[in-house]
Amino acid sequence: MPHIRADRITIEFPLYHVGARSLKKRLLAKSPLRLRQDEANRIVVSALRELSFDIGPGERVALIGHNGAGKTTLLRTLAGVYEPVGGRLEVMGSIGTLIDPSAGMDPDSTGRENIVLRGLFRGMAEDECLSMAEEVGRFSGLGEFLDVPIRTYSAGMSVRLSFAVATLMSPEILLMDEWFLAGDEDFQARARERLARLVADADILVIATHDLGVVRHWCTRVIRLSSGRIEADGPVTEVLDG
Amino acid sequence: MLVPPRIPAPASPVYVCDAAEPRRVQRALADLETGFRRWRLAATLARLDIRNRYRGSVLGPFWLTVSTAVMVLGLGLLYSSLFKLPISDYLPYLAVSLLVWNTLSQIVNDACSSLIASEGIIRQMPLPYTVHVLRCVFRNGVIAGHSLPLILVVFLICGVLPGLEALLALPGLALLAVNAFAAALFLGMVCARFRDVAQIVASVMQLAFFMTPVLWKPELLGEARVWLPLNPFYVLMETVRGPLVAGGAPPLIWSAALLYTMLTCALALAFFIRFRGRIAFWV
Repeated sequence: MPHIRADRITIEFPLYHVGARSLKKRLLAKSPLRLRQDEANRIVVSALRELSFDIGPGERVALIGHNGAGKTTLLRTLAGVYEPVGGRLEVMGSIGTLIDPSAGMDPDSTGRENIVLRGLFRGMAEDECLSMAEEVGRFSGLGEFLDVPIRTYSAGMSVRLSFAVATLMSPEILLMDEWFLAGDEDFQARARERLARLVADADILVIATHDLGVVRHWCTRVIRLSSGRIEADGPVTEVLDG
Repeated sequence: MLVPPRIPAPASPVYVCDAAEPRRVQRALADLETGFRRWRLAATLARLDIRNRYRGSVLGPFWLTVSTAVMVLGLGLLYSSLFKLPISDYLPYLAVSLLVWNTLSQIVNDACSSLIASEGIIRQMPLPYTVHVLRCVFRNGVIAGHSLPLILVVFLICGVLPGLEALLALPGLALLAVNAFAAALFLGMVCARFRDVAQIVASVMQLAFFMTPVLWKPELLGEARVWLPLNPFYVLMETVRGPLVAGGAPPLIWSAALLYTMLTCALALAFFIRFRGRIAFWV
């Protein structure tokens, strides 16, 4: 069964290119919280500090917290981008990520080529990618613009394309950032519908968001992060209202 | 109503990452293996890189061929009179030398950005790092491929066609490719961590151009030429150039080339095993 098990996972970002000593001193003097010096005298930001949680099948988890609380870092860690420097992480199940809409997009390629590229990134075969291009083209409603380099797209068109490509999957674990709330209204309605289906099909949803409406509507559990630590973890009503 | 139970896919992938038990060797080998299996993705990305780099240009990558051709002609005329060598003898040597050297130095310089250039992808999706390294190797391979016909043209003009032993250049090229991969992996990591290294590498390559027999022939060194096999650039270049212009390379060159290749691979692999998990934080 798909599950996520995190046992005291810790992520630290070394600040390599900040070099200057005066800056180092000032930073260390002022912020006792998250910047610290490690054994090798480097300045590190503690992005996530000893997080422990279990997420089982059927759970819909919202990550909330201020900017910089570590929501996106946690999503990326669950996706396997960052390896924790401490603790143990076990993720079972196929993972789908909606973290950055434009990841792996090539601005000089046409919409269609980008869809194929995205398919290749996911490890699909060429002909699967081409049929995916058809489906994505239909859903995004880009029409003739599908064969124009995406460099020329308007912001709205880029979002439509990214959204359509990114959501064409059926993962067991869906990791999502809140960028998907963009796009024009006509598209918005269809987007919501597709997202709802994607979320319903996934066994586990982890979503980072500021929108409490989304939390109440979709989620069963809330993890509130604050400066890289878990501040509260429990059912939606308990955390939001309690 | 009875709802049929959803059968969980038996092959649900498991991703375990335990800081107390890093299993670095397995993870690095798995990265290499899946990366090579997904060479198609690397090839597609390399093709896009080349297309984007030369977008709107009429000649595209052939500009490199043209500039190499001009350089071969100019340097050929100048140095054949400086070294007092017959031009029909010197020109084929120079053509092969310059082409191999250009390929080599481009790969080394490009290797420094093999991972930094893919920063956007590295931080967004978990992909084997090998894919980014292969992308760099493929990109340079294709660009070098555009200039290869030039060698044939020069050979035809000078009327010197090598015999069957020229086929020995193929294992030489294979060695070059293996070294390119190791260099792109090693330098890609080092340069992601220490941003100054790319500049150092660029100056070293500039110096190496003059220290290596590219324009001059090893014979000109006289006694001192016994030390030449210590120069890895010379050795690697000679495994390709020897078969094409000198009827083959001596066994010493081949064994030295193999030795250097093993060393670069071992170094790159050791580094990759130890620091693979840090790359995402470095780029």
